[in-house]
Amino acid sequence: MASPAPRPAADEVRPPAGPPAPVGTRARWSTVPLVVRHLVLAAGALAAVLLLIAATDTVNTMRIAAVGYSVLAIAGLQVLIGASGQVSLGHGAFMFIGAYTVALLVIRLPMLPLWVNLLITVAVSAAAGVVVGGATARLHGPYLAGATLALAVGLPSLAVRFPELLGGGNGLAFTTRGAPPALAATVSTAQWQAAAVWFTVLLALTVLATVSRGRLGRRMRAVRDDPLAAAAAGIPVGRTKVAAFVLSACCGGLAGACQGYLLGTATPSSFTLALSLSLLAALVFGGMGSLWGALWGGAALVYLEVWAEDAAHALSLGTSVTNNLPIVLFGLILIVVVLLRPDGVHGAVRDAAGAVRRAR
Amino acid sequence: MPPDPVDHLLSVHGVSVRFGGLAALDDVRIDVPAGTVAGLIGPNGAGKTTLFNVVSGLLRPDSGRIEWKGRTLRRHRPHDLAGLGIARTFQGLNLFGGLPVLDNVMVGAERFARGGAVSMLTGLGAHGRDERLMRDRAMAVLEEFGIAGTARSLPGTLPFGLQKRVALARAVVAEPELLLLDEPAAGISADDIGALAELIGRLGERMGVLLVEHHVDLVMQVCERITVLDFGRVICAGPPEAVRADPGVAEAYLGTGEEAADDA
Ligand SMILES: Nc1ncnc2c1ncn2[C@@H]1O[C@H](COP(=O)(O)OP(=O)(O)O)[C@@H](O)[C@H]1O
Ligand SMILES: [Mg+2]
Repeated sequence: MASPAPRPAADEVRPPAGPPAPVGTRARWSTVPLVVRHLVLAAGALAAVLLLIAATDTVNTMRIAAVGYSVLAIAGLQVLIGASGQVSLGHGAFMFIGAYTVALLVIRLPMLPLWVNLLITVAVSAAAGVVVGGATARLHGPYLAGATLALAVGLPSLAVRFPELLGGGNGLAFTTRGAPPALAATVSTAQWQAAAVWFTVLLALTVLATVSRGRLGRRMRAVRDDPLAAAAAGIPVGRTKVAAFVLSACCGGLAGACQGYLLGTATPSSFTLALSLSLLAALVFGGMGSLWGALWGGAALVYLEVWAEDAAHALSLGTSVTNNLPIVLFGLILIVVVLLRPDGVHGAVRDAAGAVRRAR
Repeated sequence: MPPDPVDHLLSVHGVSVRFGGLAALDDVRIDVPAGTVAGLIGPNGAGKTTLFNVVSGLLRPDSGRIEWKGRTLRRHRPHDLAGLGIARTFQGLNLFGGLPVLDNVMVGAERFARGGAVSMLTGLGAHGRDERLMRDRAMAVLEEFGIAGTARSLPGTLPFGLQKRVALARAVVAEPELLLLDEPAAGISADDIGALAELIGRLGERMGVLLVEHHVDLVMQVCERITVLDFGRVICAGPPEAVRADPGVAEAYLGTGEEAADDA
C-alpha cells in the first residue's frame, strides 16, 4: 500500500493534474456556461422532434408527445432517486396534481394561456413537493418508500371524495386549444400540442441537467453518499433533500399537466399506483445513474405498450390478455435488463459509444 | 480567570455526555491554542470521538459548553461547522463513494462558494465562478498532497492509504482555522505514518489542529500539548515529555497502547 510522499520531489514525474487541457472548438465549448450548453442541446433536440412530428401521422405524433412527458417524469425521479438517494414509490401523485391543476385552470379560468397554466402547475407542484419532501426528509429506506406509496394510493381518491370540484371517478374533461389561427392551416392540433409538450419538457430537462451537473447536483450526491461528511462540509442535509424532492415534484407535476393537456382529461384512474411503479421500473430500465436513462425509460414505457397491444391484436388474444400483456412484457424486459446491465440501457449505450470512440 | 480569546481557538469547558448509564465524557476540559497541534489520546472507548461529535454539533453535551474564539457556541448544528472555520475528518473514511476524488474534495471547498439557491438552480450568476474556484482550490490541495493523479478516480478504486489522504484533503481544502483529525493514521502502513507526521506538522503551521490518535509515537512527535482521556475523564494534560513521564498515564494507557500499536 505505497502512497506518494506528501510533498513529491521536484523531479518526480506526476500525472497531469485533472483532465488534460482541451484544445480547439472543444476548449471553447467547455468554457461556455453549463446552462447555455444545455440550451443549445435542447434546441437541437427540439428541432429533431419537430422534424419527426412533421414526418409522421397523428397517432405517432401523440405517442411522441407521450414519450416527452414520460421522459420528464422519469428524469425528475432520476434526480430524486439517482442523485439524492431518496426512493419514491409515489411519483404518480405529482402527475395527478399537475393534471388536475391544469384541468381546473382550463375549466375555471379559460382565458389563461397554456404557459401561464404550466407556470402555475410548477408552483403548485413545488408547494406539494415542499410539504411531502419536508415531511419525509427524515425518513429512510422502507419508511420513505412507504410514505410515498401511501401518497400514490391516497391522493387519487381525493377526486372521488370531492366530486363537485374534481369530477369524481370520471374525472374532469376539458378542451385545449390547438395551433394559433395563423398556423392552423399547416399545423394540426396534435402536431402543435406535441411541439408544445416537447418544448416544455426540454426546457425542464435543461434545468434538471444544469442542476444535476452543477453544484446542487454534487451536494445531492454528497448527501446521498454520506450525510455526516456532507454536513461537516457545510451542506444543509435536510434542505438539500427537500430541494431534490421539490425539483422532482415539479417535473412530475409538469408531466401530468402535459398529459392532461394532450388528452383533454384528468381522471383518477390514470394515476394509479401502477403508474408510479411503472415510472420507477422505467427509470431502472433506462439507467438510474444518468438523466439519459430517462430517455430510454420514457420511450420504453410508451412503445412497449404499443408493441404489446399490436402483438396481442395480431395473435387475436382475448381482452384480458391484451390488457395485461404490456405490463408482463415490461416486467420481463426489466428483469433481463437488470440481470444483464444493472446500470440500465444507458450503461450499455455509454459503453458502446466509448468503444466506438476508441476504435476511431 | 477567563481564557484569553486570542490565545484559545477552541475551549471545551466541563463537558459531560452520558449514554444511558455510561459516562462517555465526564467534566472534560480541553483548550486548543491557535497555531498549535494539540493531541488527544486515550484507550479505545475513552470518549475521543464523542468529544469530536460534541464539538461538531452532532451531540449536545448534558452539561458544559464549547467556546470558539472566545464565543460560546449555542445550539450549533453540524453544517454550521464549516462556516465557523472548523473542519473534521472521521474515524472511518466517510468519503462520497459515488463522486470522483476531485468532486469529493470540491465538496470540502463549498464554504468558498458565494452563489445561492437561484444560481444553483439556473447555473447562472455566481455558479460558473463558484465551480471554477472550488475546482482550482481542490486541485491545488490534491497537488500539495501528491494525489493529483487520482482526481478522476472513484475513491473506492484507490488503496486505503490514498483514500485516507483524500479524506484529509477534503477537510484541509476548507482552509479551516481548526482541523479536527480522528485517527488519521489508523490502517496506514508504517512508512506512510512518517509522511503523515510531516504533513500534519506542516498543516499545524497554517491552522490549529486537534489530533486524536492511537499511534503514540506520532502524537508525541507532532503535538505540542497532549490531553489524555480515560473512561471519559481527563487524567493528564501537558507537553509530551510530561505526559510520557506521568505514571498514571503509563498505567492507564501508554503501556498497553504501545503494545496495541505494535500489534497493528
Ligand atoms: N451513540 C452512542 N450511543 C451509545 N454509546 C455510545 C455512542 N457513541 C459512543 N458510545 C460509547 O461511548 C464511549 C466512548 O466512545 P468513543 O467516543 O467512540 O471512544 P473513542 O473514540 O475514544 O474510542 C464508548 O464506550 C462507546 O461505546
Ligand atoms: Mg474513536
